[in-house]
Amino acid sequence: MSKDNIVIIGGGIAGMTAASRLLRLGYTPIIVEESDHLGGHVAEWHKLFPDMAPAQDIVQRLAEEVSAANIFLSTRVLFINRLHDTYIVMLNNGVSIQAQAVLIATGFNLFDATKKEEYGYGIYDQVLTNRDLERWFTTGDDPRLNGHEVKRAGFVHCVGSRDVKAGNTQCSKVCCVTAIKQAIELKEKFPDAEIWCFYMDLRLFGKKYEDFYINAQKDYGIHFIRGRVSEVSEGLDGRVIVKAEDTLSGKPVKVTLDLLVLMSGMVCNATINPIATSLGIDLDSDGFLRSKDNISHIVSSGRKGLFLAGACTGTKTVPETIAEANSAALDIHLYLTEGK
Amino acid sequence: MIYQGKQKIWSEYQKEIPDDHWYYVRSCIRQNFFPASERMFTEITRNVLGKDIYETPSHTTCGGIAYHCDTIPQETVMTIVARQFALMTEAGYENYVASCITSFGNYAEILETWHEFPELETKIRELLWKACKKEFKKPKYLAHSSDLIYKFRGEIAAKGRFRLVDKETGEPLRIVEHIGCHYAKMFPHKGVGGAEYPCVLSGMIEAWGGQVIDYPERRHCCGYGFRQYHVQANRGYSLSNTHKKFESMEPYHPDAIITNCPGCPYFLDRWQYVIAEQTGKTYGRDGFGIPVFTYEELAGLVLGYDPWDLGLQLHQVAVEPFLDKIGIEYDPSAKYKGLDKKDILRPGLPQNLKCF
Amino acid sequence: MEFGFKLSPSSAVNLDQVDLSLYERLAAIEPDLRICMACGSCSATCTAAPFTGMSVRKVILDLQRGKEKEAAKMLSGCMLCGKCTMVCPRGINTRHLILSLCRIYGTKAKEEGK
Repeated sequence: MSKDNIVIIGGGIAGMTAASRLLRLGYTPIIVEESDHLGGHVAEWHKLFPDMAPAQDIVQRLAEEVSAANIFLSTRVLFINRLHDTYIVMLNNGVSIQAQAVLIATGFNLFDATKKEEYGYGIYDQVLTNRDLERWFTTGDDPRLNGHEVKRAGFVHCVGSRDVKAGNTQCSKVCCVTAIKQAIELKEKFPDAEIWCFYMDLRLFGKKYEDFYINAQKDYGIHFIRGRVSEVSEGLDGRVIVKAEDTLSGKPVKVTLDLLVLMSGMVCNATINPIATSLGIDLDSDGFLRSKDNISHIVSSGRKGLFLAGACTGTKTVPETIAEANSAALDIHLYLTEGK
Repeated sequence: MIYQGKQKIWSEYQKEIPDDHWYYVRSCIRQNFFPASERMFTEITRNVLGKDIYETPSHTTCGGIAYHCDTIPQETVMTIVARQFALMTEAGYENYVASCITSFGNYAEILETWHEFPELETKIRELLWKACKKEFKKPKYLAHSSDLIYKFRGEIAAKGRFRLVDKETGEPLRIVEHIGCHYAKMFPHKGVGGAEYPCVLSGMIEAWGGQVIDYPERRHCCGYGFRQYHVQANRGYSLSNTHKKFESMEPYHPDAIITNCPGCPYFLDRWQYVIAEQTGKTYGRDGFGIPVFTYEELAGLVLGYDPWDLGLQLHQVAVEPFLDKIGIEYDPSAKYKGLDKKDILRPGLPQNLKCF
Repeated sequence: MEFGFKLSPSSAVNLDQVDLSLYERLAAIEPDLRICMACGSCSATCTAAPFTGMSVRKVILDLQRGKEKEAAKMLSGCMLCGKCTMVCPRGINTRHLILSLCRIYGTKAKEEGK
């Protein structure tokens, strides 16, 4: 068993995957997680595209794998100081750890949809976010859906993504396929519903994503309108009225819906920024942490003993995050064994 | 509709509005369209609220209409505006309040442009000096006159004789608020409540006892749109946009509309006549239209001023059903009498839109 | 004197008022109708497109937006040569689709013509 201390900041799937690998490599990593549970965003999700795997399966498997790690829940890192070749990590519970390596795996925040005022999230009753809908798939309980028969629903892609005015130029990668996934799930709950997806581009780059799209069109009859929703308003009966342009026909379209789902994008989790910048990690132009380079050293910070994994360096899918976390664990192992 | 959601947005768009000492500039067109409104503003601020409001006859147009019709270059508009600022500076004021929404937008746009391009401001200072040997300080605070009435809405309600309530049922009257496009759509942070859910007028409605109607096309332009109405070939678009708004608000049965722009009340009022004559359709009850008020007129009614002193006889849509609902007294025979109590002649009555 | 005080017609499509019953009948026998991704290959290769405005992509879009008359008019430019079928990346049998379309919408067009 190695005596080296490795602190992993963030107990989402990136942090857990890296911890699992490091345990198998003979280390006892320390996971510091701000919330009261492991699993991060994935723990709040119902099913994952494209195979519709239950998100809980991944989270539970990882939780079992990391049970031998030292895990601090509801704990924050206050600051990290460099001491020769080690890092002194100070936690808000008074514990301080001298670590030989630190892995930042702080992930992303979901874009706050209330910032897109024209979509009326938090103002119109029948507007919800991708996370709200996912939660409803899991719990079956949401006042906006309880006892409602959804006859017409819409999905707005790119909410807070590819949007200079919202401060985010980046594509959030997962929303296109998530919208399709959620549209299919909604259609399965309400087979007679008409569902429209409003998109700017459909970015279905991943394995089987395109098949998923064809399924949505052919087997579920989901309509796709190329045009960004410009404004939403509420009608007398509480349903929402959505305006967009059907850019393929060059005409404005209007549709009244029982439910509108906003595909909130990924933005950086800025809580780590002061600590990261104090250690010499810069922020990239998209606001996420800057890797040593974006091709072959994504998990490297360029600083000795300091590693990055998952969505803290940019928008990522679940498989990308897991691959990066594995890669980071291996890099940490090589760093600790091959000499600093 | 989640009211707390709107309140959250409102709280993020609050602007600082000083309490007193304002340099007031009038609109080019409001005195023709709604002749008592600006007079009411000075009456309320000076005599009811005891504020120092200064204005000078040397003030001219801000150039906004010509600017938005693409007939004069921006440097010219800026020099005109620089002269207004010079007049304010000479009078010893630093709070600038505009009666016109387009002027307000124009001033905001110019101040922002100078902030981004200081060399342009230097150039305009030179041009102004060459043109009329004047110098200026930029206003410390810029407000639209509806911002001030919004700020003092509570005092007006406290001093008011009437509330926007149906005297028979005790129910609040249902009021549509319509904000001029140039108020906050260009700079949401310069308007009270922002651009999506502005609260400058809804705040007045609520303070005076009414209920705000939020209908789907509330953000839509009144239909005026400088290049829509002023270009004859485009007038159909102007009318059609107004029509779209009325079709959208109709199911909510509003008792009145309140506006804060020179053009909006005019077009929302007059186009109801055109729509009624062309299509036979009216949007109020029993063949009447929906009366459209400026915020000064509505403040005047709340404070108990005589409707005819507020110039309400110049509205196309009859205001009497609204006055009756609140219980505001008026003398029907005095409607078309001038200040000297002489007859000012009666207008012809439309065929389809019921008027008095 | 023409003052221009007229209501102008709107080109906006109100999806609440679009009747898709014929479209659904067509999709029942031509399910591939739904998988068009509007790439435009069909129109780019169409023999008739440069002269008549024919475009299978636009025909499908028009049907989805309830513009049956426009679709029918556009279809009259088709020469059934089948080039569009060759190029469609999603393998839609456009030629077959067009024939089914004529069968379903053609009847309705006739009824309306009476």
